[in-house]
Amino acid sequence: MIEEIGRTTEGDVMINVGPQHPATHGVLHLVITINGETIKKVEPHLGFIHRSIEKMCESLSYRQFIYVTSRMDYLSSHINNHACALCVEKGLQVEIPSRAQVIRVLMDELTRIASHELWWGAMAMDLGAFTPFFHAFRERESINDIMEETCGARLTMNYMVPGGVMQDIHPNFQRRVKDFIRLYKSKVNEYDELVTGNIIFQNRMKGVGYLSPEDAISYGCTGPPARGSGVSCDIRKLYPYEIYDQLEFDEILETGGDSFARYMVRVREMNQSIRIIEQLIDNIPEGDFQAKTKAVLKLPKGEFYQRVETARGEFGVYIVSEGGTTPYRIKFRSPGFSNLSALDHMVRGSKLGDLVAMMGTLDLVIPDIDR
Amino acid sequence: MWSFSNISKFIDNWLRATFNPIWTMVIEMVIAGVCVIGLFAILGLVLVIMERKVSAWMQIRLGPNRVGPKGMLQSLADTVKLLVKEGMTPAGADKFLFNLAPFIAMMVAMLLMAPIAFAKDFQMWDLNIGVLYVSAVSSIMVISILIAGWASNNKYSLMGAMRSGAQIVSYELSAGLSILSIVVLSGSLNLNDIIQSQADGWWIFKGHIPVIIAFIIFIIAVTAETNRAPFDLAEAESELTAGFHTEYSGMKFALFFLAEYVNVFIVCAIGATLFLGGWMPFHIGHWQGFNHVMDYIPSSIWFFGKTFFLIFLIMWFRWTFPRLRIDQLLNLEWRYLLPISMFNILLVTLMAILGWHF
Repeated sequence: MIEEIGRTTEGDVMINVGPQHPATHGVLHLVITINGETIKKVEPHLGFIHRSIEKMCESLSYRQFIYVTSRMDYLSSHINNHACALCVEKGLQVEIPSRAQVIRVLMDELTRIASHELWWGAMAMDLGAFTPFFHAFRERESINDIMEETCGARLTMNYMVPGGVMQDIHPNFQRRVKDFIRLYKSKVNEYDELVTGNIIFQNRMKGVGYLSPEDAISYGCTGPPARGSGVSCDIRKLYPYEIYDQLEFDEILETGGDSFARYMVRVREMNQSIRIIEQLIDNIPEGDFQAKTKAVLKLPKGEFYQRVETARGEFGVYIVSEGGTTPYRIKFRSPGFSNLSALDHMVRGSKLGDLVAMMGTLDLVIPDIDR
Repeated sequence: MWSFSNISKFIDNWLRATFNPIWTMVIEMVIAGVCVIGLFAILGLVLVIMERKVSAWMQIRLGPNRVGPKGMLQSLADTVKLLVKEGMTPAGADKFLFNLAPFIAMMVAMLLMAPIAFAKDFQMWDLNIGVLYVSAVSSIMVISILIAGWASNNKYSLMGAMRSGAQIVSYELSAGLSILSIVVLSGSLNLNDIIQSQADGWWIFKGHIPVIIAFIIFIIAVTAETNRAPFDLAEAESELTAGFHTEYSGMKFALFFLAEYVNVFIVCAIGATLFLGGWMPFHIGHWQGFNHVMDYIPSSIWFFGKTFFLIFLIMWFRWTFPRLRIDQLLNLEWRYLLPISMFNILLVTLMAILGWHF
């Protein structure tokens, strides 16, 4: 492997894509070797936005460390918070009120839609179409408004706490979510007209960046990249948490394995999230929004692990507790890191323009990869 | 019909009466030059603000709305900003070529202005090989892009330049062939003669389906030739940061930018002249009354209306379509557009010989 990296033949050119580059959506640094327009190798260099979040968490209490995790995958911060809260609750063995559970799932699914909306716009922008970005942001903006009312924030929510949610939903919440569903359903056809059905778009996406199911598993891909290759890996179905086992929704699987399959998985997933929200929005049970917990949380000695399905794939929280008020060690399993590792395998032999398209379909969030 | 030749004849007579013939010629050339530069600057400003407004409408935004009424002076403010910016030359660059490239780009765009008929009898140079001149001069544009890419000493710039070289050279073929189909029909290379041949109807209406095919191919090819999306591979922001003008800043960048917009105007003006009758009003065969009413609309309005319609079309493409990949781009030209336009020109020739057109 090392020999192969060192070997360059005549006509090979090394290009640094990033850390400042429009295609990388953040401070990712890719060293690519190209021959003409054909890519021979891609080496991701990480660490530009490493904030040692895992180490930071060791000195924060079980209530505090959740706030830091909003800064990892900032596009699905609710779901990150959710995973941490679930993991702490596992250790505390508290029973969550059903109202809190429903609110949490609603927030998760809204976050998933918002995240996929942003990905859809950014993906189209990677391919050179600017207009979809603004159309996607129109819908995303209304989700952010809903979040702002209830959580007080638009990006880093910090709404989920051990034992439930921080405060009750805003009185307008149900009405505005229903408005959003109506808006989304009236606009979703525009997405297909503008992007999915476009012949140039389909030519750019179909048959490029093939990832076989075996490779997807061996690279540890989760979420839409793996489901695009036909690997069933939806944590909500396989290891249901909260009330996902009582809900009706489909795990989206595409068998193409190419960029277009990964694209379609996300677009169809948004519709499934809408389906989940529709089931829950009229059935939010009455009751407490938070279980009674002690002011200072202490986890018993032991190891706790919780995984959830974020918009990007499987997110895992692993807490080692010595019985104190702070964790002894915390490890996060972020989906972006594993998905990025498959990039080199996918991209070899394709054209430079395809690199950008494939990175778009992986939906990388760099602070999630670097932590 | 009112004509600009009244003004030009008046100026010409006055100059001839006042100065000797050589000075008259020099002064007339200076006036023409100032007109071109003025038009060049105004077109650049108008097209930039138009692009920003069109893109804003398509992207559910407002667009620039702060400087001047409805933001109409925004591009003037931008020009001032670009003028006072430092024009840097990177350390490893070939200084002479690096600074030469934007001027070539602008010169080409200016030269192309010469044979265009902006209105009835309002033409800088009534050239008898106008169409040939336009195709020949517009291909010099690729040299400036190649020089810019090479002299920047930047890998992104070089890749952008090589892409654009391959692209412009190939798409010139089908653009040329679709222009030829009109030359075949009208029997002249002179732009004025071509406009006169459309006095009883524009070629796009007179020429049946082959001319419509030629028109569509022409629009696709010139979109590619001017490096506009979806064929903007030479710039390709998301892939090559800014392609061949990555290293350019300040006014040198602005010259590339202006040249791009003026090129768009020129190819649209050529398209309007060849297919939509240039300044010729909308005439239908022998409907004398209708034709007479149409003649009341000034010829410059007809010309600019048609040209800006085509420019809007090209902007519409840019803000709707994703970008093609380089191999798809060349496949489209060599495997589809070129064979189709070659076959099409045979059809057009047959049509012209047999007199099947209206």
